Amino acid sequence: MRPFSYDTAGNLEQAVRLGALTGQGQADANTQFLAGGTTLVDLMRLDVLRPHRVVNIGGLHPSMGKIQVSADGLTLGALCKMSAVADHPEVVKLYPLVAQSLQMAASAQIRNMATVGGNLLQRTRCPYFRDTRWSSCNKRAPGSGCAAITAFNRNHAVLGVDQSCIAQYPGDFATALIALDAQLQLHGPQGPRRIALAELHRPPNGTPHIETTLHSAEIITEIFVPAGEWNRCSLYVKVRDRASYEFAIASAAVALSMQGDRVRAVRLALGGMAYRPWRAAEAEQLLIGKSLNEATAQAAAAEALKGAQTHGHNDYKPELARRTIVRALIEANALSQDRGAA
Amino acid sequence: MTTITRREAIAGGVALAGLGTQSLFGRDAVPRQDDNAATPVKLTVNGKNTELVLDSRVSVLDMLRDHLQLTGTKKGCDQGQCGACTIHIDGERVLSCLTLAAAAQGKRIDTIEGLAGGDGALHPMQQAFIEQDAFQCGYCTPGQIMSAVACVKEGRANTDSEIQEYMSGNLCRCAAYPKIVAAIKQARGRMSQT
Repeated sequence: MRPFSYDTAGNLEQAVRLGALTGQGQADANTQFLAGGTTLVDLMRLDVLRPHRVVNIGGLHPSMGKIQVSADGLTLGALCKMSAVADHPEVVKLYPLVAQSLQMAASAQIRNMATVGGNLLQRTRCPYFRDTRWSSCNKRAPGSGCAAITAFNRNHAVLGVDQSCIAQYPGDFATALIALDAQLQLHGPQGPRRIALAELHRPPNGTPHIETTLHSAEIITEIFVPAGEWNRCSLYVKVRDRASYEFAIASAAVALSMQGDRVRAVRLALGGMAYRPWRAAEAEQLLIGKSLNEATAQAAAAEALKGAQTHGHNDYKPELARRTIVRALIEANALSQDRGAA
Repeated sequence: MTTITRREAIAGGVALAGLGTQSLFGRDAVPRQDDNAATPVKLTVNGKNTELVLDSRVSVLDMLRDHLQLTGTKKGCDQGQCGACTIHIDGERVLSCLTLAAAAQGKRIDTIEGLAGGDGALHPMQQAFIEQDAFQCGYCTPGQIMSAVACVKEGRANTDSEIQEYMSGNLCRCAAYPKIVAAIKQARGRMSQT
């Protein structure tokens, strides 16, 4: 690991001042914020992230570590640990999709360390990004090319990719949140602002090293999930190579509100498929007003994967994603009936 | 005649190997630390107040093993994938390889060395691992035991499948998993009595 200077931020203003040079996700950004450290320390040891300065913001926990459930929605302080949110009784009951996405992620140890704000910013697991012996990686070394396109790309993205990068966003939690229209409260040099989570991740577009729309020094302070009758009837289906402690090769987040046997509102997002947590808004539209069965679910799934681009080893992904979506929708429908009967 | 322990022999060997590396690649190949990155760290380790001045890059794992000679905590992958380095910080199980020592400032650290009682009596989980023969090579065992103690305290050791799920962060390449599950089931009853 390269040498770096280490600072601890005593308050938010100080953190923003010390973090002036954090950039927008560039691997060679001068400064990195440290919260749980599960991505940062790992990638620094691999020499992928090479900061000269590390600013610990973990000490801001008292003001940024609360979980609040109100009539408006769910508010999570960005420094809440994944485990605290995953096991929170009201989150488990009222926002099962949020709780499940965290319970199925990482390991018990990592969930005790990683913060929910940091989780949204976790880096791709693309092996050509993580292994510096590969010279071609536009995300790590801008302009150097993408090794994954011609190499082993079984776990690479199929939606929203281009020739500059096919790395996949690995997170589960953000996939749940994007389905539920989550918003992020930010704090930076210009003061506070609020954005939709959907605006956080940038498409590769030739410059995949610029990962987010955060301004330099900006910190996620809060995550907000708006209330809605679909939250209670929501679930996360995750398909992976081993039963636990593994990233998704495909996942689906579904939240559903039925009126009789017709879909009143549905939210659908995909994990393991794109450079970002992927909302399938057009597929949702196909389901509104319809009954939910294998045929309508398959039509929605086909719509969600329209435009998928594969690169050989990941040719299996669109079909796996479609089947994962169908399973999630059918289960959500059954859950809705189960809730109605209760 | 002076006797030398296995660990001293290993430590001596590492020092020699280190010298060799330096002469092969030259001084500049070893990243040099500037003075202002030396970080004072004050924390509690197994109940003892501990003060150190460490390079900012030092992980809690390396602090324990190389600076405090607490080598019970093992270095497996050093990248958060195996769980061999599991310890407790402020009572919660975490990975010491991905925790910077500087970030553990003021925290309470508990390792496998602190698990047995003051009278030397083994913790029920240690005893259960022995009685159930829950290891072969033993390298992952300190991490398994620290993780298992937390798993029981978290209330996540009720069924075999729950234990498997909540112990999934600890890999065992000897695949002693069924016996690890058996050990946890044995210890959970005795732990609740203590």
